[in-house]
Amino acid sequence: MPRTRLYSLDELDDIPGTKVFNARRSREAYHLHKFCMSLMKAENREAFKADERTYLDQFKMTEDQKQAVLDRDLAKLIELGGNMYFLVKIASTDGWSAQKAVSSMSGMSADEYAQMMLEGGRSPEGLRSKKEAK
Amino acid sequence: MARVTTGITSSHIPALGAAMQTGKDRDDYWGPVFAGYDAIREWIKKPGNMPDVIVLVYNDHASAFDMNIIPTFAIGCGESFKPADEGWGPRPVPDVQGHPDLAWHIAQSLILDDFDMCIFNQMDVDHGCTVPLSMMFGDVKEWPCKVIPLPVNVVTYPPPSGARCFALGDSIKAAVESFPEDLNVHVWGTGGMSHQLQGPRAGLINKEFDLDFIERLINDPEDLAKMPHIDYLREAGSEGIELVMWLIMRGALGDKVKELYNFYHIPASNTALGALILQPEETAGEALNPQRVLSGHSLEAAE
Ligand SMILES: [Fe+2]
Repeated sequence: MPRTRLYSLDELDDIPGTKVFNARRSREAYHLHKFCMSLMKAENREAFKADERTYLDQFKMTEDQKQAVLDRDLAKLIELGGNMYFLVKIASTDGWSAQKAVSSMSGMSADEYAQMMLEGGRSPEGLRSKKEAK
Repeated sequence: MARVTTGITSSHIPALGAAMQTGKDRDDYWGPVFAGYDAIREWIKKPGNMPDVIVLVYNDHASAFDMNIIPTFAIGCGESFKPADEGWGPRPVPDVQGHPDLAWHIAQSLILDDFDMCIFNQMDVDHGCTVPLSMMFGDVKEWPCKVIPLPVNVVTYPPPSGARCFALGDSIKAAVESFPEDLNVHVWGTGGMSHQLQGPRAGLINKEFDLDFIERLINDPEDLAKMPHIDYLREAGSEGIELVMWLIMRGALGDKVKELYNFYHIPASNTALGALILQPEETAGEALNPQRVLSGHSLEAAE
């Protein structure tokens, strides 16, 4: 049967600074995300805070993923397959606002980021396609 | 006969719920947002406007649907649903009361229409479902109506296409209209508008795209439904894809709609926010006054 598809999956890689959460990333982050989901229970949040390293060692995550969690390096965790809706459970455990968590990946300080949002956010100009970005 | 009388769209970001909980909903930052919703809160309390049942279209944000199960379209047929603990304790809001009879009726009707629905009975509902209820009904002891949760996967790629969402809405309308009981049914589409929550492109807002999306959603949804995901990603940010869910709401309203209320605000935390009340033209009521409200940074003309 002939098929018409609106776009090819490869096209999803064409957006600057954006990791689209596809099957490969979902697979790569499976155990990282299991850890994130575990933080939805209060007793697990306590156990994690009490001894982060020991808690992380219960999960089959890569060492890079564990280190990035310890460093609270959300940008790195996204590179390692993570998706923000899972990762935000770490930020919430730390009592961070969603805006603080998101701004930590933006290369700006939380204040600079908040100011940018008040001024109308980041313009999509030049950021729609890797072909258009410099 | 049950009827879809109204379509509503709303943001569902957790920060809105948090603002209410911490008493910040009337401060300088959140005040204009809640002022924009006051008109809806008043409208919905008036006779004839309060729904008996809401079909609430939202996406689960890795709360109930983690990596173990990722249904594209799901429908909650249970009697009630508890607010999920998303990492900071469950939102302190009432349990959501379902409408199992209508939900099962819609589920089987959708499957006969070739939508392979996932049916769930027990599931916790996250901010995607409960924040819009708080925004419309305020701080209440019980939600004033029944709710059928209809979660859509927009997290793991690929989500359903716009055209599929639009067609699903049309089938929801047909399902509701074949339910014998007299019920006022709303279909709500939640999420959006432009936003990106990751990486160096975080904070993306595209007012021109958002306002054009609203315009086409109202007047030319069939054409809008053809827009591929990649365009949402490019124009509205990686999380702006939530807007496909608005097409389900629009599909449930039929050909022509009347715009009763149209509110757009920048910024709400990381996002641009849009809230609409639409009704099928044949049975539409009075528009609100003012009918269109732009606030925050959106007051400045689009470039
Ligand atoms: Fe969302």
